[in-house]
Amino acid sequence: MSSGPSSGSSRERILGRVRQALADVPPSEQPGEHPVPRDYATQHGEHTHSATVGLLAENLADYRARVHRTEAPGLPALLARLLAERGARRVVVPPALPDGWLATAPVELVRDSPALTARELDSIDSVVTGCALAIAETGTVVLDAGPDQGSRRITLVPDHHLCVVRTDDQVVSSVPQALRRLAPARPLTWISGPSATSDIELERVEGVHGPRTLEVILVAGDPREL
Amino acid sequence: MTGTYLGMPSFPRAADASTRDHRLRANLRRATHTIRAKRDRAVAELDDWVQLRAAGAAVKDRTLRHLDHYLVQLEESVTRAGGTVHWAADAAEANRIVTGLVLATGEREVVKVKSMATQETGLNGALAAAGIRAYETDLAELIVQLGDDLPSHILVPAIHRNRAEIRDIFRRRMAEWGLPAPEGLTDRPADLAEAARLHLREKFLRAKVAVSGANFAVAETGTLVVVESEGNGRMCLTLPETLISVVGIEKVVPTWRDLEIFLQLLPRSSTAERMNPYTSMWTGTTDGDGPRAFHLVLLDNGRTDTLADTTGRQALRCIRCSACLNVCPVYERAGGHAYGSPYPGPIGAVLTPQLRGLASPLEESLPYASSLCGACFEACPVAIDIPEVLVHLRERVVEGGTVTLRGTRTVIKPAKRHATERTVMRAAGWAFDHPRVLRRGQRLLARTRGLHPGRLPGPGRAWSDARDLPEVPPESFRDWWARTRGGSGRKGEPS
Ligand code: SF4
Repeated sequence: MSSGPSSGSSRERILGRVRQALADVPPSEQPGEHPVPRDYATQHGEHTHSATVGLLAENLADYRARVHRTEAPGLPALLARLLAERGARRVVVPPALPDGWLATAPVELVRDSPALTARELDSIDSVVTGCALAIAETGTVVLDAGPDQGSRRITLVPDHHLCVVRTDDQVVSSVPQALRRLAPARPLTWISGPSATSDIELERVEGVHGPRTLEVILVAGDPREL
Repeated sequence: MTGTYLGMPSFPRAADASTRDHRLRANLRRATHTIRAKRDRAVAELDDWVQLRAAGAAVKDRTLRHLDHYLVQLEESVTRAGGTVHWAADAAEANRIVTGLVLATGEREVVKVKSMATQETGLNGALAAAGIRAYETDLAELIVQLGDDLPSHILVPAIHRNRAEIRDIFRRRMAEWGLPAPEGLTDRPADLAEAARLHLREKFLRAKVAVSGANFAVAETGTLVVVESEGNGRMCLTLPETLISVVGIEKVVPTWRDLEIFLQLLPRSSTAERMNPYTSMWTGTTDGDGPRAFHLVLLDNGRTDTLADTTGRQALRCIRCSACLNVCPVYERAGGHAYGSPYPGPIGAVLTPQLRGLASPLEESLPYASSLCGACFEACPVAIDIPEVLVHLRERVVEGGTVTLRGTRTVIKPAKRHATERTVMRAAGWAFDHPRVLRRGQRLLARTRGLHPGRLPGPGRAWSDARDLPEVPPESFRDWWARTRGGSGRKGEPS
């Protein structure tokens, strides 16, 4: 799918124009040499780990995510309750969500796979996933399409997303700390609160296209063994 | 089918009309003041804002000073990750490339994520001419598209419309574009958003091709980043089989780590949030997840000409946050349409004349679309000294001089004297009709005095000598105007 020969010559033309435009830059200057002061903070304030988790909960709630906390053994009962409250019948889950998480929930499970069409997804009530990490200062959960998170679209099309965060090892304070732990080669989705728009007279409305309800479950201990 | 910026009147003339539109002004005023107050709080939360801002500016400068290096590196990384890179020297070429790519898929419909680059190139019109229908999926862009309108704000393109107008547009036009508006649609924002959700969902679920822009492109890794709120971006970026991203060459950042700066600066500056609801990052293609084909179209379209101007170059740092619009007293009154391009407000006043060249009375008038109050510079998260560039461009307008136009060094003549005078007079005439703008401007002008030429240079000199306009502030603008406008006939028209 080449766009024809014009593209090759445009490449040279554009790069040539760039070089000509930069006549004022000393030829000896290497790209990394132009100074970038990085004296900004790597996190804002010093917090104990539990205060950081508290900040995450607060900031998530501030952006209208529903936040729940539990110890690992309580996770299946909590998930079952939240799905029941919502009346969810069909739930899509990533290929490697621990089996125990939804073992007690009376719902039909649909496993994510490339064969699942977008239309099929649209008929599903809820999605349950883990995450790659969560950022306290911004109230963000980050998904990296890992086996307990599935493809990007499963957390997008259903109207209700339940996202499980392990507070022991998945919470960081800040954006700089998060980027250090994430792998750029994976597709990444950063989620801060449910879908929202302020396009009509700046009045915030939740949910235009993404899930209108985001529930984040902060779990202490290790729920992977469930 | 959609509005066009071609043939727009010069700024003062357009502004003159829009400032008389009271509904527009009320919508705008409410909106910009609301965003402003929220933004101040969001920025105040970070005690290292000053350092982040300096770092952001420096990373962009590093990139711009070695743009060839980073573009080649980006091309390599994207290609390695399974994407295809195309280069477009101008709008026509970008449109040709995108149209060709869409036609090659056999599809005749595309869904679009809000993108200023494709507004700039007029892509929707080019696609329509090739028999391809482009659906805007951002709620505000949808309102603009259904209303045969043009965006008027970077972040909130339909900021000039109120809820009743939006309801009317939905009722009138949705059926032509797909699912009609629900019976008895009210003007409650929640109902309007729900109507848009239903209308667009149908399109998302069947779309095979999407077109997007990008907020950042990381040279080191080949990662593209789109920052959004609604999820329409995620829909377009992940559901279709083919994704085509049209990205200005200035959007490249050198390293993955650099994102830590911009992902803190951008959301707080634009939506006044700690973080926008959704950020998508993708690197080429991923098996079994998202599009199977990814095309990156790198767009020049005047950017290298802007790069060649060592004073004006800083405008390419812009991360399109819209903070400068929301603090600008001129934008607040004039509205975005008066700027005659997808880039309104202070950044539009410096970017448009550079991207297009000082080619017509519109571009010549834009550097005057400012009170030089300096609020835009203070707000800008990448510290673009917009007043400095404005003054520099004014000088070009009145004195002429060397500029780079489509890669060639060209000497431009001073703007025709009568044209310049009319431009300045109109801008002034308009501003003097708005005393609040002037009072604020005068207060802040004192801080940026060094940026104001004592008198207009070149052919403007006779004009400025006769009217002590640029002198700040021995006689206040208002007093001066009260004293002199009587002799000048109708408002804005020199006698
Ligand atoms: S010029 Fe600065 S303030 Fe204005 S939109 Fe660009 S980055 Fe934001």
